[in-house]
Amino acid sequence: MSEARGGFIRSGLAIAASGLFILGALPAWASLGGDRASVDADQVHLQGTRTTKAVESYTVHEIQSANGAVVREYVSAEGKVFAIGWNGPWMPDLRQLLGNYFEQYVQAAKAQNAARPGRRPLLIEQPGLVVEVGGHPRAFTGRSYVPEMLPQGVRAEEIR
Amino acid sequence: MKNPQMFPAFIFVPAIFLGCAFSVGCGGSGSNSTPPQTIASSGNNVASISVSGGLDGFYADAAFVSVTVCVPGTSTCQTIDNVLVDTGSSGLRIVSSALAALPLPQQTSGSNPVVECFPFVSGYTWGPVETADVEIAGEKASSTPIQVLSDDFTAPSGCTGFGASQNTTLDANGIVGVGLFTQDCGDYCTVVQTAPGDPNLYYECSSPTVCAPVGESLAQQVPNPVSLFSTDNNGVIIELPTVSAGGEPSVSGSLVFGIGTQSNNALSGTTVYTADDSGSFTTTYKGTAYPGSFIDSGSNGYYFLDSSLTGITECSDATGFYCPGSTVNVSATNQGQNGNSNTINFSIESADTLFNSNDSAYSDLGGISGTTPQNFYFDLGLPFFFGRNLYTGLQSTAYPNGYWAY
Repeated sequence: MSEARGGFIRSGLAIAASGLFILGALPAWASLGGDRASVDADQVHLQGTRTTKAVESYTVHEIQSANGAVVREYVSAEGKVFAIGWNGPWMPDLRQLLGNYFEQYVQAAKAQNAARPGRRPLLIEQPGLVVEVGGHPRAFTGRSYVPEMLPQGVRAEEIR
Repeated sequence: MKNPQMFPAFIFVPAIFLGCAFSVGCGGSGSNSTPPQTIASSGNNVASISVSGGLDGFYADAAFVSVTVCVPGTSTCQTIDNVLVDTGSSGLRIVSSALAALPLPQQTSGSNPVVECFPFVSGYTWGPVETADVEIAGEKASSTPIQVLSDDFTAPSGCTGFGASQNTTLDANGIVGVGLFTQDCGDYCTVVQTAPGDPNLYYECSSPTVCAPVGESLAQQVPNPVSLFSTDNNGVIIELPTVSAGGEPSVSGSLVFGIGTQSNNALSGTTVYTADDSGSFTTTYKGTAYPGSFIDSGSNGYYFLDSSLTGITECSDATGFYCPGSTVNVSATNQGQNGNSNTINFSIESADTLFNSNDSAYSDLGGISGTTPQNFYFDLGLPFFFGRNLYTGLQSTAYPNGYWAY
């Protein structure tokens, strides 16, 4: 599960664990840039558990499947999904996780491959979208966020 | 190619590493008793491989081999060149346009064609599972499921959601996965996955546009073709020579089949580093262990950590590559699940400088693995194979998740 990293808790605000609760088999998927209402509206059956953890200025919803796939959704205090992280044996459905940003990601990935052929960790860094995918078959990791949507004071390194 | 004297940083390198940097015989083991590297040049279990830029000439640090595929039980065959040798995956995948009109039988589920979507970091490959006799060097895997990359069937959303299609962007005629595992997927794919977070890799298509997930038995899945050879079927060795700092136009070497099965593939003199169940081991750098690390001939560089941890400057234009102002020496320690460990040393030169040379083989090309803790690991790609015979052992009773040895 996600943790508030030591460097993040500012000014002695020790509220990291205050909102921690675990919900069994509660389904919810959100898309990058979507709002919290869409999280709740997007009710799909998930065979796993969801952990929600509130930190200073956002909430992390962590969903783990029975096969070890983990998706983390970062929701701001205003209720916007500003970041996604994942790891597991296979790739997640990025169309679902990236939502309206998915096509931008695919086009950027294609352009990068065309510019320099090769197989390596994938890193997309655009002003409006960051996506990185790493690992290998049976062990994928990745994350994505929209820089302009990061809540004030939140550092990109916190998203994992 | 540059004169080593241009690199003042070498002054501070221990003498033992200097010996490694300029000796063909150094396997990077940190031991000065390592015997000279011997690259097998003949044998029914030896295929030639080349690091030569691939189809379009500028695919750096990738090893290619020729693979012959035949209609099972016949002499109707075709030899496909420029197939990427990938120890980071399992299974043979051939681009359909490279296959001409070879009539390979389609694998079916009931009466429906079976079609696969296989995810890589760079994107996915999509296409039907067909059956072929696969021949490399003097070895043959009979009636082997392979993936033929084509868009004759419309990829379902569960597939396209992996990212970018690689069906026409491999810059190779195919990929031969000769990695740690017997099947490309394994137990996970023997049943249909229903949770949204758990993707399906195998589909059955009732029409060219309607494909539904299907469970595939282990025997039906696309296997590491080496596992189906009648002999020499427990792993491979990639044997490539040392590459000079600054790069070389091309190098060639051998892909040797079998480990400890013939006089040319003995395991003796190496150390075994076992993998975990996801195909990773641990690399430690500056006192921090990174457990998601791995050795992968299909990665075309050393990819590790990021600038904040390594102090190596990233390129301003080539996203994700390292561009240090002068060559940087890196030292880290690999450790297998079995506890065996070994210090490795390598160098990183500016990717911008290297790419300007238009060489195909670089011993010192690298980049970042990511920018967040979960993406911090060492991906020891093809440059790690230069100058050492590197064994990739298939999973077995003794090694449930396979191993690397060098």
